[in-house]
Amino acid sequence: MISLEQRPRLAAKARLRWDRKDERFMLLYPERGLVLNPTAADVVQLCTGALTVGAIVDQLAAKYAPQPREAVEREVLGFLTRMAERGLITPGDD
Amino acid sequence: MTESPRPYTLVAELTYRCPLRCVYCSNPVDWASHGDGLETADWLRIFREAEELGVVQLNLTGGEPLLRRDLETLVEGARGLDLYTNLITSGIPLTRERLAELKARGLDNVQVSIQDVAAPASDRIAGLKSFERKLEVAHWVKELGLPLTLNTVLHRDNLDRVGDVVALAESLAADRLELANTQYLGWALLNRAALLPTREQLDRARDVARAARGRLQGRMEVLFVTPDYYVDFPKSCMDGWGRRFIVVAPDGLVLPCHAAHTLPGLVFDNAKDRPLAEIWQTSSAFNAFRGEAWMPEPCRSCDRRALDFGGCRCQAFQLTGDAAVTDPVCSLAPDHGLIAGARRAALAPASRPLEYRAANPAPR
Repeated sequence: MISLEQRPRLAAKARLRWDRKDERFMLLYPERGLVLNPTAADVVQLCTGALTVGAIVDQLAAKYAPQPREAVEREVLGFLTRMAERGLITPGDD
Repeated sequence: MTESPRPYTLVAELTYRCPLRCVYCSNPVDWASHGDGLETADWLRIFREAEELGVVQLNLTGGEPLLRRDLETLVEGARGLDLYTNLITSGIPLTRERLAELKARGLDNVQVSIQDVAAPASDRIAGLKSFERKLEVAHWVKELGLPLTLNTVLHRDNLDRVGDVVALAESLAADRLELANTQYLGWALLNRAALLPTREQLDRARDVARAARGRLQGRMEVLFVTPDYYVDFPKSCMDGWGRRFIVVAPDGLVLPCHAAHTLPGLVFDNAKDRPLAEIWQTSSAFNAFRGEAWMPEPCRSCDRRALDFGGCRCQAFQLTGDAAVTDPVCSLAPDHGLIAGARRAALAPASRPLEYRAANPAPR
């Protein structure tokens, strides 16, 4: 499970692409692609290795207000954990 | 007519030439009669037209794509279109400098094949002393910060070493390991008696791969490509005919799969003559096995017809002489006895000569 102190970044093999055909973001990696919903795309775009998960949650909580911060945090942590399990996000150091 | 599906992947077979002579090569047996008919500008146009159709993934393959001197230009063009570009290579011939240049031009991923975990066995399958060089290339890939996919084609002589393949992939820090059971088409079908494993071998190897997948989760993706001679239902070959993939052969023929031009009675268009979109949407060959209208029984009334699309057309043809029958690997297929017979033969241990990929197969 990824923690709030880690600084996640996109794995070397993964690349984000705006899909103008269907107007959505796709995360591309070898021979595969993952369609991202707008929230997931927001999270992935903040995974630069500079921000902690906590900082990512702060930014998105502000963007998605009045959604409660706890709900945003739960969603971000769950998403990043699944992405790390698939090797698409590198959790990074504390 | 319903709207045609969106292709996601372009497989660009840049040349059928290759320094290796692997006994299970997926190029057609008559590969030598298909020259490199496309210029740099042709390929760049094909990439552009593919991207406009919806393609996001580009596999640069062959033969050996490194034999194209314009590979750097092609990679740069692909990256300019924001395509995810994967170089599928034997690693020969390559220098560290050229690989660095390919990375600088925007290459996204490198897939290197090894035939086994040690030089003698690997070189025997490749028909060329190449194993040590391939390991060196795999090291360069990682040193240069490129993601590495390691690919090993599995057969009866290396299946028992899948654990060693996993260990080698770990030691190379591969990001992805593709354990691809041989598909018995073309050269591999000629060599089937020497290559087809037993069910016990496959079951053990699958267990090893499954354990590795769990242990390495998040670090290395481990794929075990279905060995379709030992499953009850066929794979959804190419995710269905003309649904997700476009293959362009070295001479410019536009195909739904790597071997489609071996099927008689189908006329394939050349990318030099017509726009890719037109070929994808309206050509008779791409529409020949799209949808369900072409399906025979037992596919037509089968619950799985939207899952496996009747299996592989090329396999149906190569085994029965008719591309429009149910893939014989299906346990419900009228021709399934052909597969059962091959499985039985695999139980009788016998050493059989290997036929290496050549300009022409030896007559039988």
